[in-house]
Amino acid sequence: MASNPNTYRNQPDERGHFGDYGGRYVAETLMPLILDLEREYRAAQADPEFQREFDDLLEHYVGRPSPLYFAERLTEALGGAQVWFKRDELNHTGAHKINNCIGQILLARRMGKTRIIAETGAGQHGVATATVCARFGLPCVIYMGAEDVKRQSPNVFRMKLLGAEVVPVTSGGATLKDAMNEGLRDWVANVHDTFYIIGTAAGPHPYPELVRDFQSVIGREARQQMQDRIGRLPDLLVAAIGGGSNALGLFHPFLDDPEVKMLGVEAAGHGLDGDEHAASLLGGVPGVLHGNKTYLLQDEDGQITEGHSISAGLDYPGIGPEHAWLKEMERVEYTAVTDEEALEAFQLLCRTEGIIPALEPSHAIAAVAKIAKDMPKDSVILANLCGRGDKDIFTVAERLGVEM
Amino acid sequence: MSAESRLSNAFSKPHPALVCFVTAGDGDTAANLDALVEGGADVIELGMPFTDPMADGPAIQAANLRSLGAGTTTADVLRIARKFRERHPEVPLVLMGYANPMIRRGPEWFANAAKEAGADGVICVDIPPEEDDALGPALRERSIAPIRLATPTTDAKRLPQVLEGSSGFLYYVAVAGITGMQQAAIESIEANVSRIKQSTDIPVAVGFGVRTPEQAAEIAEVADGVVVGSALVELVGEHGEKAPEKLREYTASLAKAVHSAAKASA
Repeated sequence: MASNPNTYRNQPDERGHFGDYGGRYVAETLMPLILDLEREYRAAQADPEFQREFDDLLEHYVGRPSPLYFAERLTEALGGAQVWFKRDELNHTGAHKINNCIGQILLARRMGKTRIIAETGAGQHGVATATVCARFGLPCVIYMGAEDVKRQSPNVFRMKLLGAEVVPVTSGGATLKDAMNEGLRDWVANVHDTFYIIGTAAGPHPYPELVRDFQSVIGREARQQMQDRIGRLPDLLVAAIGGGSNALGLFHPFLDDPEVKMLGVEAAGHGLDGDEHAASLLGGVPGVLHGNKTYLLQDEDGQITEGHSISAGLDYPGIGPEHAWLKEMERVEYTAVTDEEALEAFQLLCRTEGIIPALEPSHAIAAVAKIAKDMPKDSVILANLCGRGDKDIFTVAERLGVEM
Repeated sequence: MSAESRLSNAFSKPHPALVCFVTAGDGDTAANLDALVEGGADVIELGMPFTDPMADGPAIQAANLRSLGAGTTTADVLRIARKFRERHPEVPLVLMGYANPMIRRGPEWFANAAKEAGADGVICVDIPPEEDDALGPALRERSIAPIRLATPTTDAKRLPQVLEGSSGFLYYVAVAGITGMQQAAIESIEANVSRIKQSTDIPVAVGFGVRTPEQAAEIAEVADGVVVGSALVELVGEHGEKAPEKLREYTASLAKAVHSAAKASA
């Protein structure tokens, strides 16, 4: 299947397809809207003023570039490859999500939209969306699964402080996919004035492409920083994957560097052999959901099954379509780590580096911990530390049996 | 009778057609469907349950979850359709649902299964013309009508693309929104339907937000058919085993309203 193309960086095609994946599987009501969005995005890409405003906000509001950090004590503890982190957890609002939200709210303004909606799982994308809405004075409705509202109460309060209306979604399993359904329902009913800020590199074209493009600032910076610091590119990139936006943001600028290997880390929950995981690529099959064709957790009748992960940001039953394509092209390798392994990695990073990571990148760290020791000491791993763990301390305390 | 003639017969009657929707596997579906026919439905739309019915409002969402909660499978849905076809050889039956359950075993598999089950048409909510290079052709090859949706946002430029390759009838979604919510103004429905009819000879049925006989009568004056779903599905949810009787009554009141409307000029 994987005949090497000249470049891995020219996807999607003009219909929004990444190989067989992606596309625009939406109800007719939304079709004219996403065609319109695509036209506006093309115009924005060609407009230096749009890029200038985006860069300016990333620098002065988000705090970019984020540092590139050599994790010396973690490297020692693992006893193999050098481990470096791209510190996107230091961004304003504490995760990579804000990069994309800045880009999309600028698009929304360009299109004259006056109301913003979004879905959120862990609440990081909801907080980032509420943040940019406050910054630009636009009303904001965040759909969040009722289960996640319970699991992530600090982020719910943050969103409310920022002026957003948080709507708990009780349909289905009351988690991220159900929040996305409700976001799409709202959008269909309010197409004239509403912009839907999708939080990951999934959904109907052009969302997977534009989210990837806005997040690619991570990889562009990292590429330059690596050259500046060690005079070469890393041997391996590692990132956690829910929908896959932080991973694509890191990977995409390196896709045509054949010496750089890449590893995407899915959430294995209680283990891939059972039903309680969120590993769409390793444990799912292709199908259509939320506007795109991609790998999905589903049964033999095409009914979507609930993902499970200790991390609310990873338990989505789908995956961005570009990852589905990169897997088939064998350009990126995918693996999965369990809740237990992620929890151990969470604590390991706290103790060795004085950094409390979010549970999402704890999955990436767990994968790094497994492979670093088998790599030579002069090899370099770069992992994306895509969010900080303040929001997760209650979940972690509960799992460790600590009363707070 | 062939699939094509069943649907075209339904829209060639001297009055507008009443299209009635229920979700397969929600309650005693066979009895519910019979009640719709006895009440005077001209076309049956059988909903295929899906875990993530993104275009549906609370009533049909709940029906989907009730059906799946009762363990309904794709095989069950097809069996319900086939038995209906045996009992009602002349009543057109349309399967309506979302892409993923339809393509799970491949579009060809689904088109064959729909044919064997006696379906006359298929409405797939989330496969727009842009992505319809497999399912639509597979259905057409077996003389099953791919029924497309047009909406208030489908502008004149886009309409030919929607009409291309669609047959049976065109489903005009009266409101930009989800099923079972607000009703659109009759003026906007009339303007849009007449705009669509200038571009096609396919009958146009109007749905979304149509709940009462009064609303149905009003729409029947300006369209070839009226689709009612959420109001019927709510009766199924509310009355359980007693639903057939309620469905028969309510369908009769809708049929009376729709059938007594003057046929819109073609």
